[in-house]
Amino acid sequence: MLEIKNLHVKLEEEEKEILKGVDLTVEPGKVHAIMGPNGSGKSTLSYVLSGRDGYEVTAGSAALEGEDLLDLEPEERAAAGLFLAFQYPVEIPGVGNMTFLRTAVNAQRKARGEDELSAADFLKVIRAKAKSLKIDADMLKRPVNVGFSGGEKKRNEILQMAMLEPKMCILDETDSGLDVDAMKLVSEGVNALRDEGRSFLVITHYQRLLDHIKPDVVHIMADGRIVKTGGPDLALEVEHNGYADILAEVN
Amino acid sequence: MALPQAKQTATEERLAALTMPDAGCTRKAREAALARLREMGLPGRRDEYWKYTRPDTLISAEAPSAALFETDEPMMFHEFDRLKIVFIDGVFSAEASDDLTMEGVSIDRLEDICCKDIHWAKELYGVLEARGQTPVQRPLAALNTAYASDGVAIHVTGKPSRPISLIYRHASETSDAILHHVIRVESGAEVTILENGPAASRFNKCMEIDIADGGTLHHIRAQGRDHQRRAATHMFTRMGTESVYKSFTLTVNGVLTRNEQVVELTGDDAVAHVAGACVGDGEFHHDDTVFVTHDAVNCESRQVFKKVLRNGATGVFQGKILVKEGAQKTDGYQISQSLLLDDDSQFLAKPELEIYADDVACSHGSTSGAIDETALFYLRSRGVPTKDATDMLTLAFLAEAVDEIEDEALAEVIVSRLQEWLARRS
Repeated sequence: MLEIKNLHVKLEEEEKEILKGVDLTVEPGKVHAIMGPNGSGKSTLSYVLSGRDGYEVTAGSAALEGEDLLDLEPEERAAAGLFLAFQYPVEIPGVGNMTFLRTAVNAQRKARGEDELSAADFLKVIRAKAKSLKIDADMLKRPVNVGFSGGEKKRNEILQMAMLEPKMCILDETDSGLDVDAMKLVSEGVNALRDEGRSFLVITHYQRLLDHIKPDVVHIMADGRIVKTGGPDLALEVEHNGYADILAEVN
Repeated sequence: MALPQAKQTATEERLAALTMPDAGCTRKAREAALARLREMGLPGRRDEYWKYTRPDTLISAEAPSAALFETDEPMMFHEFDRLKIVFIDGVFSAEASDDLTMEGVSIDRLEDICCKDIHWAKELYGVLEARGQTPVQRPLAALNTAYASDGVAIHVTGKPSRPISLIYRHASETSDAILHHVIRVESGAEVTILENGPAASRFNKCMEIDIADGGTLHHIRAQGRDHQRRAATHMFTRMGTESVYKSFTLTVNGVLTRNEQVVELTGDDAVAHVAGACVGDGEFHHDDTVFVTHDAVNCESRQVFKKVLRNGATGVFQGKILVKEGAQKTDGYQISQSLLLDDDSQFLAKPELEIYADDVACSHGSTSGAIDETALFYLRSRGVPTKDATDMLTLAFLAEAVDEIEDEALAEVIVSRLQEWLARRS
């Protein structure tokens, strides 16, 4: 599904290298988790994959189902099936949540040469999906993320994911700012989307999210590289012992 | 004090090109306006109030020519059931207009009231314009009162079932139109006034609006079409107790537009909202100059102006809230914002508050900026192509001003016109 090889990335404005050779392969239907201390490059990896400005890839490659991602515009990556659930979902005053979602869904369908969804069909689908995420009609009408609580914003990200039905979902610290109940709700939303044709890359600081979204593979990232890969137990090890032991062992 | 020589010469040159209509009951008002104008002189480049907008082409003896915008598109508001009053190059066209009778309102052509010695409009014609000359001079409005060649007097006594639609067609490339309308809204009456069209190569329009206690006037205006047209407009509104005035202007195209709004809240608990959205491309200069005076207790005023500018377009906002002594519990709000779609465009803003009462809530803000890159990336990351995403954010930026329109159907028409403008971009 996703294949990242020897990815080196630096900030466009500075010489500072942030990713120093990331290798990562995510198979279809699998959930991979990336854990790591602050500043290890986790969020940068998610931004670079989704095509945000400000980063320069100096070496390596990233492909989604064999297609070179790094050559595509952000909207083309989305249409190709990539989705990033933002750590800090953006507020967009003046754009209704529903209008935004319908525009996005239809833009992707159009880019893939599929028919656009009619207003009625779209409404039917979104109502059902919103309900399972406890998103009420009011939240759908309001401007995108404006005045949403932290939990509402993250639920809205998952709703977008559910509507866009991507193949490769990257969740960037989706657990940050969530209380226990909200984390459960968001996790259920994610788990409902688990499918043998859909893969997940879950970026998190903490093991607790992984209690709800059970990963197949856990990676530890430090200083711009994946330094250790293991099964779900690796997350527990981090939770108990912190990163220091693992990093000492690697170094 | 004598006028500077250059100013006096420019003023006299302009006046020499004009003829005062034979004016019946407005004669005195016109002569008084001419005297005012001679004292002030027409605006010059060095006048503080014209610091950001060059008045030269608005005061020249001859109007610069303006090519007609070739299009088959129907004019704005065509889908609405309304009473149409049509002016072609500033001349009333009975043929193109509807029958001017409607329940709850009486409409007279200015020319007809000019022949009468007694008419209600006599008490209004030039009166609010004259009041609006202090503390800031508005010479083009005085010129209008003195020389207006046409216009209508609208007396609203009830709640007419349809909006009154003033349509300004442009047919001659060198037309120079001066129109003056007076509107009186009686106590408890309510009306919607629509205005649209380029009017002329150069258009000087003045509207005096007197809203009695409990009266309501909605005003929606669309200025657009002809790229080379020029306009200087004034709206003088005096408001009684618990009266409501809501005005929205959309400006698309036009090489030069100066819209002045002078609102005076003279009765308690009155509400005045003036808003505008303009989108300008290239050789486009748009100036909103607003002066709201609070002279009563517990009144609310809002000024919401949004401008989208690209390819070297210029936007100007001069807005003032004056709260007079004793105008306690005033709630005054003013926001002017521009979205600059490139580095060549500019926005010049002069927001002002002047407050002489101690128990008021007044706020103002003015910003200028580019498209929010973070929001743009967010939309693109969801699959929305860059141009569509930019358009969405542009419309969202304008939404706060468009939201000032209460009638949803009218607001939709404005939004669709904005979408067309965005779509025209290659």
